[in-house]
Amino acid sequence: MALLSVKNISVTIGKLNLLDGVAFDIGAGEILGLVGESGSGKSLTAMCVMGLLPRIGGTITEGSIIFDGREMIGLPDAELRRLRGKRIALISQNPMTSLDPIIRIGAQIDQVSTLHLGLSAEAAKARSLDLIAQLRIPEPEAIHGAYPHQLSGGMKQRIVIAMALAADPDLIVADEPTTALDVTIQAQIIQIIVELVRDRQLALMLITHDMGVVAQACDRVVVLYAGRVAETNSVEAIFAEPRHPYTRELIRCIPRLGQAPGSLKGIPGAVPSVVDYPTGCRFNSRCGAAEDLCRNTVPALERKTSGLAACHFSEA
Amino acid sequence: MISFFIKRLLLLIPVFLAVSVVIFMIVHLVPGDPIDNLVQINSTPEQKAALAAKYGLDKPLYQQYAIWLGKALSGDLGDAIILRRPVVDLIALNLPHSLALGALALAFSTLVGIGAGALAAIYKDSFIDRTTMTVILLGSTVPGFWLGLLLIMLFAVQLGWFPVSGARSWDALVLPVLTVGLGGVALVARVTRVAMMETARKDFVMMLHAKGVPPWQIELRHVLRHALLPVVTILSLRIGWILGGAVTVEFVFARPGLGSLLITSLNQRDYPVVQGSLLMLAIAVMLGTLLGDVVQAAMDPRVRERIK
Repeated sequence: MALLSVKNISVTIGKLNLLDGVAFDIGAGEILGLVGESGSGKSLTAMCVMGLLPRIGGTITEGSIIFDGREMIGLPDAELRRLRGKRIALISQNPMTSLDPIIRIGAQIDQVSTLHLGLSAEAAKARSLDLIAQLRIPEPEAIHGAYPHQLSGGMKQRIVIAMALAADPDLIVADEPTTALDVTIQAQIIQIIVELVRDRQLALMLITHDMGVVAQACDRVVVLYAGRVAETNSVEAIFAEPRHPYTRELIRCIPRLGQAPGSLKGIPGAVPSVVDYPTGCRFNSRCGAAEDLCRNTVPALERKTSGLAACHFSEA
Repeated sequence: MISFFIKRLLLLIPVFLAVSVVIFMIVHLVPGDPIDNLVQINSTPEQKAALAAKYGLDKPLYQQYAIWLGKALSGDLGDAIILRRPVVDLIALNLPHSLALGALALAFSTLVGIGAGALAAIYKDSFIDRTTMTVILLGSTVPGFWLGLLLIMLFAVQLGWFPVSGARSWDALVLPVLTVGLGGVALVARVTRVAMMETARKDFVMMLHAKGVPPWQIELRHVLRHALLPVVTILSLRIGWILGGAVTVEFVFARPGLGSLLITSLNQRDYPVVQGSLLMLAIAVMLGTLLGDVVQAAMDPRVRERIK
């Protein structure tokens, strides 16, 4: 049974329907990549899984989220708090703003284990020092007593990772953990996350728009487009035979060594705005193979020989 | 922290010198001659000149300034021309009353203001928020002297709980402290509320929720702590105001104080007293901002870093 099962959730904020029937599973110890352009609903999905949607004014109008056999939607906040940080942890997008600037680094990591594991102050500190060392940060003791502004972005993101690991969670949600970092550090951070997650056999939901990262790190992929799932499959199958034209476009956009100069082109057009999603398949405005059927009828997310795809014309 | 304090203290020296020049000059730029108030109507110019010489008013301005500053630094602010007593004695007589009123009013507005502001921010857009902010809006728009009169009517005349005026006993302080403090409550509460709501929107607060930290702990241990930084700044600016600006309240309650001393001596053109009390107030304002900076540096590591 899947550790986390997101079943056809639809989300609205105000009058906007931002997610429409998003569904996927994450097994224990599995690394799932959630990919798509900005505005496809990746971060919103993360908010749903963290149970933080009401904090940004959103509501789940349909569907269910089952974590470890338990329905999360409708749980009282006190129950959700026992999951957040303890069993489902978040690695946020921007490490520069994710730490409280006037509280010492150490105290911010200790907070998680004292809160969720009931550790004493000394035990929590020892645990945090150990975690800092595992993240290959030199001089754990000095870092433990430092303030966030004294650390670089990459270091801060490691601290955020340490906070996420502090209570031994089962699932980590990493929402574009490297977009705010220097390119040179991005690969390092992804590698650290993947290594730690594999070592501990944790499940990871890795949100990214970088297909390179997906190929490098993930077991399975969910491709989101304009608030709907376009395709899901294992990472090998997705790259070998993408079934949705949007997935094909995403893969085509990965730069390759030896590519002729000027031949790298983006996907024409832009993700449609939530206020005027096209009828039928939402990708029809950018799809080269779109026909009348695509403009009139929403394609169902159907099981193929491997994986699921939502395209009228995808192969079996 | 100590080096920070010393640096800030040294920075105050040029400020103090500039302020002292302004204070010294202001009274000389104002029309009116204190000698005219001292001499008899028919006195000769020679008698006037003798008096001017006695108080050093015949010397060039820069010399007068140098003499005045030198004496002031050694604790001699001269003699009051009208009251004929050392200015230092007059200040010593009035300052404790101002300090007691100021300190209590500041403490009152800090505690109640932060409490009310935090409550309004935590329960924002609810009945609690609207009620608190309405009361506070009323409180901040009512002028102090009128509020003082209302309080006297209710608590002193009708109920007889506190004396109407004066400064003979401790309970005579209650109504003036309330009057001065309520204005501060409004200010502090509004700043606290806005700062808390602003902090609550920051990424790290969302991260705290993601860590599963209980909301009350987030509000009190993280959000309120951030919100106190601007509150400290406005409180430190208010110290000088309370010491010198509480004049109307001092008048309503017939209390002695630096403000009253300043106004009385201004009316009488008693230069040495005016200069002396202005200098005291300026020092109070400077010490207030120094205190504010030190408290802020103690609370925020980024401020400490900036000074190094």
